[in-house]
Amino acid sequence: MVVDSFRYLPRTFRPLYEGRGPFPGEEEAVWTPFEKRLAQSRIALLTSAGIYLKSSQTPFDLEREQTHPEWGDPSWRAIPSTYGAGDIGVAHLHINDEDLLADAEIALPMNLLGELAVEGVIGGTMAEHLSVMGFQDRSLRDWHDRTAPELVAHLRREAADGLILAPA
Amino acid sequence: MMPSVAEERLAPRIVGVEFPFGHAFGMPHDGPMQRRTLELALRVLAGASRTGTRVDLDLEWPVPVREAYRAWQPKEPSPIVRKMLESRKGS
Repeated sequence: MVVDSFRYLPRTFRPLYEGRGPFPGEEEAVWTPFEKRLAQSRIALLTSAGIYLKSSQTPFDLEREQTHPEWGDPSWRAIPSTYGAGDIGVAHLHINDEDLLADAEIALPMNLLGELAVEGVIGGTMAEHLSVMGFQDRSLRDWHDRTAPELVAHLRREAADGLILAPA
Repeated sequence: MMPSVAEERLAPRIVGVEFPFGHAFGMPHDGPMQRRTLELALRVLAGASRTGTRVDLDLEWPVPVREAYRAWQPKEPSPIVRKMLESRKGS
């Protein structure tokens, strides 16, 4: 089966995504071989669903996006894998958050990854996984200069061997 | 969700899922579906031998397309969509 990439996208949005090619300055493919066995590897997750913890974190800045429609909050949140289900908030103006609030595992399957670690499928999981809000300024300048380097530094500090990025 | 876009952007390893936006790993409270998705992602992460590797998940979304298409969308248009709609009206 070949996935239809545009099955759920409004038809008028398709030209915004299709046929755009690589980002300017990123025309060369990147590649890092995965050399360890999964059973010896620590795996991290990243979602772009705008998940945050209501009790201890500020939501992604949707007020500014309301007044600057082409801007998206480039900050990130570390979500502890011991989160309480009732503590999950979603700040994302481009998707319906009902299913995410009902079961955040559909975007950030931290519990499931923990089960795979217990079963020995992977070597371990992280104390914290990563959350961003996926609607971003098209130039991605903040992401390039600040967000991505911060995320990489965090993952290196936490000794992650691999990262699964899950777009929302 | 849009694996062909990830290919164009030169993502090194891609798992394609034909799921509505906001549901990268599957239906809420459907552990087996979420597990199949996550396990495929782990296999591609560890097992791909070259950049641009894409593997699509052979799972059908268990909700009729028209219903799922409506369900994933926010109750109100996002600011950028509102702006696009307004500029179309004005042109």
